[in-house]
Amino acid sequence: MSKVIEIEDLSFTYPDGHRGLAGVNLSVCSGEMVALIGPNGAGKSTLLLHLNGILRGNSHVKICGLVVEEKNLKKIRRKVGLIFQDPEDQLFSLNVFDDVAFGPINLGLPESEVRRQVGQALKSVNMTGYEQRSPHHLSIGEKKRIAIATVLSLEPEILLIDEPTSNLDPRSKWSLVRLLNQLPITKVIATHDLELVRTLCQRTVVMDEGKIVANGATESILADTQLLRAHGLAQ
Amino acid sequence: MKHSFIDEYSNLNSVIHKLDPRTKLLTSMAFILFVVLAPSNNWPVFAFYFAIIALMLGLSTLPLIYVLKRSLVILPFVLLIAVFIPFFEQGEVAASYNIWMWHVSITYSGLLILANVLTKSWLCILALILLSSTTRLDDLLTALKKLRMPQVMILIISFMYRYIFVLVDEVMRLRQARDSRNFGGSWSHHLRTIGNMMGTLFIRSYERAERIYAAMLSRGFDGQVRTLHKLRFRREDVYFSAAFGLVLVLPYLIWH
Repeated sequence: MSKVIEIEDLSFTYPDGHRGLAGVNLSVCSGEMVALIGPNGAGKSTLLLHLNGILRGNSHVKICGLVVEEKNLKKIRRKVGLIFQDPEDQLFSLNVFDDVAFGPINLGLPESEVRRQVGQALKSVNMTGYEQRSPHHLSIGEKKRIAIATVLSLEPEILLIDEPTSNLDPRSKWSLVRLLNQLPITKVIATHDLELVRTLCQRTVVMDEGKIVANGATESILADTQLLRAHGLAQ
Repeated sequence: MKHSFIDEYSNLNSVIHKLDPRTKLLTSMAFILFVVLAPSNNWPVFAFYFAIIALMLGLSTLPLIYVLKRSLVILPFVLLIAVFIPFFEQGEVAASYNIWMWHVSITYSGLLILANVLTKSWLCILALILLSSTTRLDDLLTALKKLRMPQVMILIISFMYRYIFVLVDEVMRLRQARDSRNFGGSWSHHLRTIGNMMGTLFIRSYERAERIYAAMLSRGFDGQVRTLHKLRFRREDVYFSAAFGLVLVLPYLIWH
């Protein structure tokens, strides 16, 4: 299988001197669902922000063979859909349609194509009919779904999802998990939710203090209580 | 949390709702201009303009109570500014008082100007309520854009409207957190807490803005906001604008 994400010795230091990432190596193959787990502040979100070039450390990141650098950003951002933890940040337009159409319109697609993509994206998250609703009247579960639709409308090859199940009640959580499971796209999911990891992901990467400390099959990592305990993921 | 919002009844389906937002925006502005410029204390003219706005409100099928309530919310602000006029205007004295060491008097002409200001502002407020309650805010913004309002202003209004309730919720949470740990204390202490809350709110908003910008960049934002919103200026809009314009000028022809 082809590698869609290749990260080699990636380091990043925030402007205030705080070290975000320290020598991260990781590759993800097409079609994989990878969980990124680790305690708060481990660098999971920072890593995700590097994968579509919002943050750029020493540019040792390749997406589908393209180096993440200024001239490739447009192509890369089309391939990589990043879903933020708080849907209030992701949904910034006055109605759902504008939000889902934001990406396709920026790509310069013709109107009929934009409308088709929006319809398709809303359908795949089961939110058809919400086009004219305004985001602040939706429930958190609905907002999360629309947030996913806003990147699906770009037809990405890779989905990066930051904490998909935070703040959701169990019912909305499991319906979201089912939804994610159905989407046939490469996914990297940053989370603390080990139930979610167990159900969705074949591979798990554990991060702590900006480094990858373990990388392997989900079953064996979640069975390694000592490892989980050492990195604040189990009691 | 549930909030009321300015375009609450914009989804109704009346003649007024169906007009092009540009038509409504321009006729509302014209109405306000004419009301403001109407000669003072010309009560038949005011009655005439009130009749127009009442007719429009009737056509719009907005709940009357809602419109009245909303207009009364804004009126106190006008009153606060205008209430001093009767004291400063020269003329025949209606009443005078001695307050401690000052001698103040109210004049008839001052009272008339006050009545005049209140009536005019109430008419204008009604027009704005009619506009904002019959037009979706995104349509209104598209209209402003088509009428060449600078993009930055449109973005500011759009973000403001989108995030104001998110901020309000944040303030409520901050306040609940404060109140649940508040065991009295001096006034200056409270002031300091309020200052800290404002600071926290500012920092949180700033950080949210950074995240929103990252979310926009992730979906290909390049400084231009494009939408598919289409406005249609139909024949009805032409008729309405023409009729409305004529009616606006009418009192000037009759009472001059």
